[in-house]
This record gives sequence, C-alpha cells and structure tokens, in this order.
Amino acid sequence: MSAREDIFANIRRSLGVTGNETTRRGAVAQRLEQTPRGPIPSRGQGSPAARLATFIGEATRVSATVVVLDTAQAVPEEIVRFLREANLPLTLKHGEDARLSALDWQAAGLEVATGRSDGADLNAVTHAFGGVAETGSLVLLSGADNPVTLTFLPDNHFVVLAAADLTSDLESVLVKLRRTGALPRTINIVTGPSRSADIEQTLLLGAHGPRRLHIMVTLN
Amino acid sequence: MADATIVALPSNETQANLHTTRKAPEITLTAAPARPRVGLFATCLVDLFRPSVGFAAAKLLDEAGCEVLVPPQTCCGQPAFNSGDRVTARDLALQVMDAFSGCDYIVAPSGSCTGQMVKHFPELFDEPKLAMRARAFAAKTFELVSFLTDVLKVTSVEATYEGRVTYHDSCSGLRELGIQSQPRALLATVKGLELVEMNESDVCCGFGGTFAAKYGEISDTIVTKKTANVSESGAPLLLAGDLGCLMNMAGKITRQGKEIDVRHVAEVLAGMCDEPPIGARKETRR
Amino acid sequence: MTLHPTTPDFKDNAHRALHDPELQKALGHVQHGFIYKRQSAVERLPEFKTLRESARDLKDHVLKNLDLYLETYERNVAAAGGQVHFARTSAEACETIVNICKSHGAKSVTKGKSMVSEEIGLNAAIEAAGMQAVETDLGEYIIQLRGETPSHIIAPAVHLTKEQVEGDFRRVHTHLDGARDLSEPVQLLTEARGVLRERFLAADVGITGANFLIAETGTSIIVTNEGNGDLTQSLPKVHIVIASIEKVVPTLEDVSLLLRVLARSATGQDMSVYTTLSTGPRRETDPDGPEHYHVVLVDNGRSAMLGTEFEDMLRCIRCGACMNHCPVYHAIGGHAYGWVYPGPMGAVLTPSLIGVEKGGHLPNASTFCGRCESVCPVKIPLPKLMRHWREREFERHLTPAVQRFGLKIWAFFAKNPGLYSFASRAAMSALAWLGRDKGRFASLPLAKGWTDYRDLPAPQGDTFQAQWRKRQKEARR
Repeated sequence: MSAREDIFANIRRSLGVTGNETTRRGAVAQRLEQTPRGPIPSRGQGSPAARLATFIGEATRVSATVVVLDTAQAVPEEIVRFLREANLPLTLKHGEDARLSALDWQAAGLEVATGRSDGADLNAVTHAFGGVAETGSLVLLSGADNPVTLTFLPDNHFVVLAAADLTSDLESVLVKLRRTGALPRTINIVTGPSRSADIEQTLLLGAHGPRRLHIMVTLN
Repeated sequence: MADATIVALPSNETQANLHTTRKAPEITLTAAPARPRVGLFATCLVDLFRPSVGFAAAKLLDEAGCEVLVPPQTCCGQPAFNSGDRVTARDLALQVMDAFSGCDYIVAPSGSCTGQMVKHFPELFDEPKLAMRARAFAAKTFELVSFLTDVLKVTSVEATYEGRVTYHDSCSGLRELGIQSQPRALLATVKGLELVEMNESDVCCGFGGTFAAKYGEISDTIVTKKTANVSESGAPLLLAGDLGCLMNMAGKITRQGKEIDVRHVAEVLAGMCDEPPIGARKETRR
Repeated sequence: MTLHPTTPDFKDNAHRALHDPELQKALGHVQHGFIYKRQSAVERLPEFKTLRESARDLKDHVLKNLDLYLETYERNVAAAGGQVHFARTSAEACETIVNICKSHGAKSVTKGKSMVSEEIGLNAAIEAAGMQAVETDLGEYIIQLRGETPSHIIAPAVHLTKEQVEGDFRRVHTHLDGARDLSEPVQLLTEARGVLRERFLAADVGITGANFLIAETGTSIIVTNEGNGDLTQSLPKVHIVIASIEKVVPTLEDVSLLLRVLARSATGQDMSVYTTLSTGPRRETDPDGPEHYHVVLVDNGRSAMLGTEFEDMLRCIRCGACMNHCPVYHAIGGHAYGWVYPGPMGAVLTPSLIGVEKGGHLPNASTFCGRCESVCPVKIPLPKLMRHWREREFERHLTPAVQRFGLKIWAFFAKNPGLYSFASRAAMSALAWLGRDKGRFASLPLAKGWTDYRDLPAPQGDTFQAQWRKRQKEARR
C-alpha cells in the first residue's frame, strides 16, 4: 500500500469510519460550502470613523506608523517627508499597481523603480487589498502589481490603504477576497514591522523583514 | 445534565448559586432542613497530621448552623487515581460515597480532595447508575471555605488574629473549583488581620502529591521559589487551604530557617491558633 | 533520522539543568515575560473565552472528519498547481524532501521554523545528502550554530543568554571584524540579519512548516514575527511545506478563528507580524515567488492517536502557552524533556510518538497544577491526558516497583477503615512522640525523597477521627 493509502486507512480505522458515510460527507461539504464564522470580537466593529480610529490605535500599538491623507495624490509627498525625517535617500520601488503608477513621484523628488526586489532596495511602497481594524493589520495580495519581495526585503515598507478598504475584521476581507476569484499565490497579513524576541525575550524591530512600516490611509 | 437527584438545600438562593459557581447537575429542590447534616471529610493528611484543622472546620460548620458528622473514613483515592491505578481509585470512591450517604453535604478542608470527589469521581464510572451516583455525590460535595461563603452565605467570621498574613492559592482549589475570592473575603473579616498578597500566589508550590517525593529535586526548586515569594511578602504567617501544600511549604520554610509560621486557613478563620504552627515546636509560638 | 530521545534519562537531565547557572538565568525570562504578555492580551479581548471554546469545537470537528478534510485539501493543492506527498514515518518524510531537493539540483536549503522538521530530523537528512540546511529563524539559527535542538516550541533559544549567543557569533562569523561590539541583543540581531540575508538570496529550496492547512483552498499558512519564513518561501525556486496531518482546517474563516487565539496564547500579541497564506506556486504573471510548491504531510503516529483518549492532543496548535505557564518547565527548561516537544504538551505527545517505555517519565513529572490546561487555547485537558499515560503504565506494569509496592500497602489500609484507624493511630502517635521536640523531621527513613529537600512536619498526636469520637463520647456522658 502507498503511504497515502496507508495513512487514510489508519485514520479511518482509528476513527471507526469508512469515508463513505453520507452524514459525515454532508457535514463536511456543508461546512466548506457555508464557511461559517466563529465569534467576531466587537473591537473592530462600528462606523467607518470608529473603525479608522481603532485601526490607527491597533497599528500604532504594534509599532507601525499611520497617517491619514485626504487623497492618494498626497502619498508621494508623505513618503518624501518620512524619508527626509529619517534621513534616508529618496528612492522607492513599487509594483505595477495602476493606482501607484498613476502618482506623480518625480514631482515629489523621488527616484522610483518598478518591479520585484532583489534585496538592494531600501524603500518600497505597496497598495493594500484591505485593512483590518480589529488588529491594525494590512492584507496584501501577491501579483505583478504587488511583488511579495517588496513586503519583506526593503528596510522601509510604505503601504497605501484606501479607507474604503478598511474593514472591521479579517472575515470581512475574506468575503471580498472570495469575490475576486481564485486566491493569489501569497496573501500577506502584515501586523506591524518585523521583530524578534529570540534573544533573552528582548523585543527588537527589524529582524529579517522591514524595520519600519508606515501606513498611509487615503480617504478619497 | 438531566440526572435529577434530590438534594436538600437551605434556600432557593443557594440553589441558584450552585448553578452559577459550578454547573452542578440538575438539582431538585426539596424542603430545606433547618440544620443541614454535613459530613466532614477530614482528608487523610488532616486526620493523620493535623487534627486541629478538622476541629477548626467542625467549629466553622457548627457555627454556621450545620450538624457536623464524621463518618469513619480513610482517603478519597486521589493518590491511586493520580498514579494510574483506577481500580483502587474506584473502590475508594465507592467507599467514600457509602460512608457519606446519609449526609446532605460533604465538606472537606482541602481543594485537592474536594476536586477528586467533585471532578474525578464522576470520571471513574462508566456504568450509568454508578456514574449518576457519583455525579449526585459530586453535586453535594464542597470545599470548606467556599461551602461557607457560597452555600451557607457566611459573610463574616468571629475570629481575631493580630498581624499580617499571606495566602497561597492551592492549585486544585483554584483551578478545579474556582476558589480564590472566598478565603480572602472571610479573612478580611478576621479582626486585626491584614492580608498581604505575595507574588505569584496562584503558582504551584511544587507539592503535587507523590511528585514531591518522586521528583524531589524539581519539587524543591519550585517550592524554593514559592518560599521566596512568601518571604518577600513580609507576612509572618502563611495560609492556604490544603494541608499537602502547607506541609510542603512549611517543611521548606523550617529547613531554610525562615521565621515564618504556616497554618491552614481554617485555623485562623475559626480562631483556633492554639496549636503550634505546622512543623513548629510545641512550646514555640512566634 | 529521528532525534535520539534522552527522555529515559529525564531525572539526570533535570538534575543537570537545575545546576546550570546560565540556563537558570535564561529561564527567568520565560517565567515573567510570556505570562504577563498573554494575560494582558487576554484581558484586552472580552470574547477570548468564547473563542477558545469555538477553537476547541472546530478542531474536534476536524479530527472527527480528518480523512475527508485531507482529501479536500489534497485536491485543492493540486488544483492550484502544487503537489501533496504523504509520509508515514520520519524516514519517509525525510526521503521525500531530500528527493525533491535533489531533483532540483539543490545545494543550499533555507528553513523556516518547523517543529515537525525537528521531529523527523530533517536537517541531518539534508546534510547527509550533501546539501546545506540553514535555519533562518533567529533562535533556530543560534541553536543550529551550537548543534542544539530547540528548548521551546516557539522560542527555540530561550535557554540561552545573550553572552552565549555573542560567543557563538564570534566563533562562527569569522569573516567579520573581531573587534566589533556585540554586547547588546540589537547588535546580535543586526549581525544575524546581515549574515542570513545572503543565505536567503543564495538558497535553491526553501522549507517551511505550516501552522494551518486550509482544505477549502489548498493553502498552507505560516505565522511568524521575523519575516524569515516569507523570505524562505519566496526567494528560492522551490517551496516545500512540511506539516503533520492534523494541521488541516476547513476554511479561511476557521483560520481566522484560530489566529485569534494563537498569537495571544503564544506571545501575547493580538496577531503575529506576518500571517502568510500560500496557495500553489507563483502564477504566470508573478514577478517573484517559487516556481514549484510541494507539501509533505507526515503521520508519524498521529493517525493512531485518533479515536483514543489521546485524540484531544491533536487539537494542539503549538502556541507554547502550556510550557510558558508550567512550574516544571520553568525549573528545568526544555532540553531536560529529552526530545522534540517539551513542557506539558510534550509530556502528552512524546509518549504517543516515541512510546511510553521511553517517554514515561514526562507524564509523571507533573504536579497536576492545571495551569497548562487553564491557558490552553484549544482546551486540551493536559493533566487528564498525562494521567491517562500513568494509567497505561500502571496497566502494563511500567510503574516503578517501589511506587507500586507503596501504593499497594497504602491501598490495603485505605480500603480497610478498621485497620486504617488502628494502624494510623499507632503510627501517628509514635511519629508525634519521635518528633515532639522539634515538631518536624529533618530526615526519616522511607521518606528520603521528601526529607532530602525539606523537613517533614510531625503529626500532632492522635488522629482526628480518634479524637473526634472521644470528644463525642465525652459530650454524650
């Protein structure tokens, strides 16, 4: 017997089942079909304004920085402000996201490149698919518009989140995700900048991923 | 949850409380006896090592309006149960249930032995009739201090103790039975007594029954941390609700030569501190 | 290939651990950090109690239907362009992984943190096949340099002090300036980041574990804080996931539920920094990500736990809360347990996986304080399961003879109240008389296990029952 057949046979023997029980099959099919939710904490719920406030509070707790911008057009200037304050070079990489490509980076004085990162990029900007108020998390989908390497290799990660994409809980993002069809190769749920407490339980930011996570919530 | 058993209870309020604090099996209320017959399960350690705790418990129960009975008894069977000997554990569970069959309640000055009777007796029996009996027995079995506060609604005691004390939460009482606020509430009514909390009062003292002897060195490390926390509290008297933990901590405290007395909480609540503290010399009373 | 267990020498291991000053210093960090952080996170979420119950129910549902969810999972991995391999044993799992690596001509393999890879002894297998395996989680990297195994399932290097780590970095990173300052954790982290960045970029295969597998979508999930797992799985051309069969859950929503209890229980975070869902290899238009995606599902004794009293253990989501709250773990650390899984979860799982003959000490070395169960996010009744192991040992006469004999004598008296009363009165009166001067015994034959470390308080005199009856009689007169 193959390993596969053996393992299935062992599982079924231990459970005392054959695998052909219609009730079990029905229950499993139903769960997969209906995708029931567990209890949803109240923390992230509320009006859009309340959600935004919760999101900012939670993201800040995990050492991300958050600004709210009136329009996406203000993003380049905000990144320039951040980089100048941190005394960093005005370089930036982003994917082929149409919303990011439409912004006037040159005017703000940024030297911009597009594509994946090979590890040499200091700064990157990506556009979030969604945000979760409950935990201050960002949801990023991999693809040509959003190479996954941009989320992990650069030291400074800028993320644009449209306020309209900010939901109360992860389950709400999942609903939206299902509507987009098949899942992308990678979904990154990012909650704060990279960290490690592996040495004497001392919490340090910037382990292998970005040292800084700067979130720009755009209202319009 | 549908095994209806008949248990006499003093009041409606008490029944409601039973349900909220412990999710007891369904209980049918019958006429409340004026003076409930309470079987005192002394526990073997109290029976053998510290009878004064048994008398303190009896006094507290008597003053709270109970008729106290002490049927001939040995052990709840926990040592067998925790050593994997289910057969002996069952035999002893049946023996205990027989011995206390005439009681309205069974009360023990120990969270650990009570935990055995309340949580584990029902696990010992697969036979429906015996399982039902064990659940019914569990439903009327209580740890002493929580029985006073939660069932008898005792809110204060007539006792005096001048000085600071610290209280260790024994594991079974705390985590199996939810005993934490009850002893503190009653201690607060002892005249002259000041309760100072130690750090990590809810962490195990390292006793663990046979563990203390089988893994003495590990147990020693755990109890050493415990006595350090007791010392740091600054209280000259350590209290707890379980004699096993108390003997472990007292044994370490005397070995370390610390000037800290150790007593069962019932002794202080009953105002019966005439006997020397646990592990202390007869003539000494610090 | 499986790590050779030293569990039968548990007592010696524990003795060494208790006398290791560096270990004892390092363990101080476990006792306080984890507990306080978890407590704060739980207090901030009023729904936590309900979430735990739902998490338990969900895992139970999965276990009862594990065959069906595994079938669904396998089908959906394939639909997304990935491949599932099944392995009955550690050896089969290692062989499968080594073969995948070889088929891609791999020389260097990076690894995210994975306990099941420790269980199957994967690193040794990869090295034996002539490839290099590089652990990329900071803690795992440190212990790999030291030739050690993890001492904690989520904080593998928690047994080390920063001075020890500094020594290891100086010993291994000889290409760096010998005069550099490495006295602070941040300097150690920065150095590891630099060294490992090169390894990430050079790797041919990346291996990660999985916190969860999603049947609905054929997705594997890793939860990390450092981002090493993501670099491990995104940069090389091959991504291999190694996971045990009970990791599967039905849907994305179910993962969301479990995530709410996982990080809070583990590190006291609401969410770990990176929760990454991976489905198949990179898509045609993707500029990065692996070209090949394999999942190796390991049984290694788990299917035999289903349907037994140990099935509850398969709910475990590997948060480490049980060991973080365990007084025994606090005293001796993780290595003393002698195999891959330490603490209360290890005390139940280890005998299941390596046999109770070898692992029997672990379920006995517990005070049954119950703190582990009280913090378990999926409500595994750990003390009860440890007790079940003791029962199996007792049934099979594996309980030490001395203990068995003592228990027998005690049971004989306990079952005969008349004899008990007679014997206990005699014994206690004698002991009380012997201890009358000091009120305690500093040593007592037959009680050395106790009196080696602490005094035994002397009994007060006659037994309670005898005194009670005497008083009752007097009162009636």
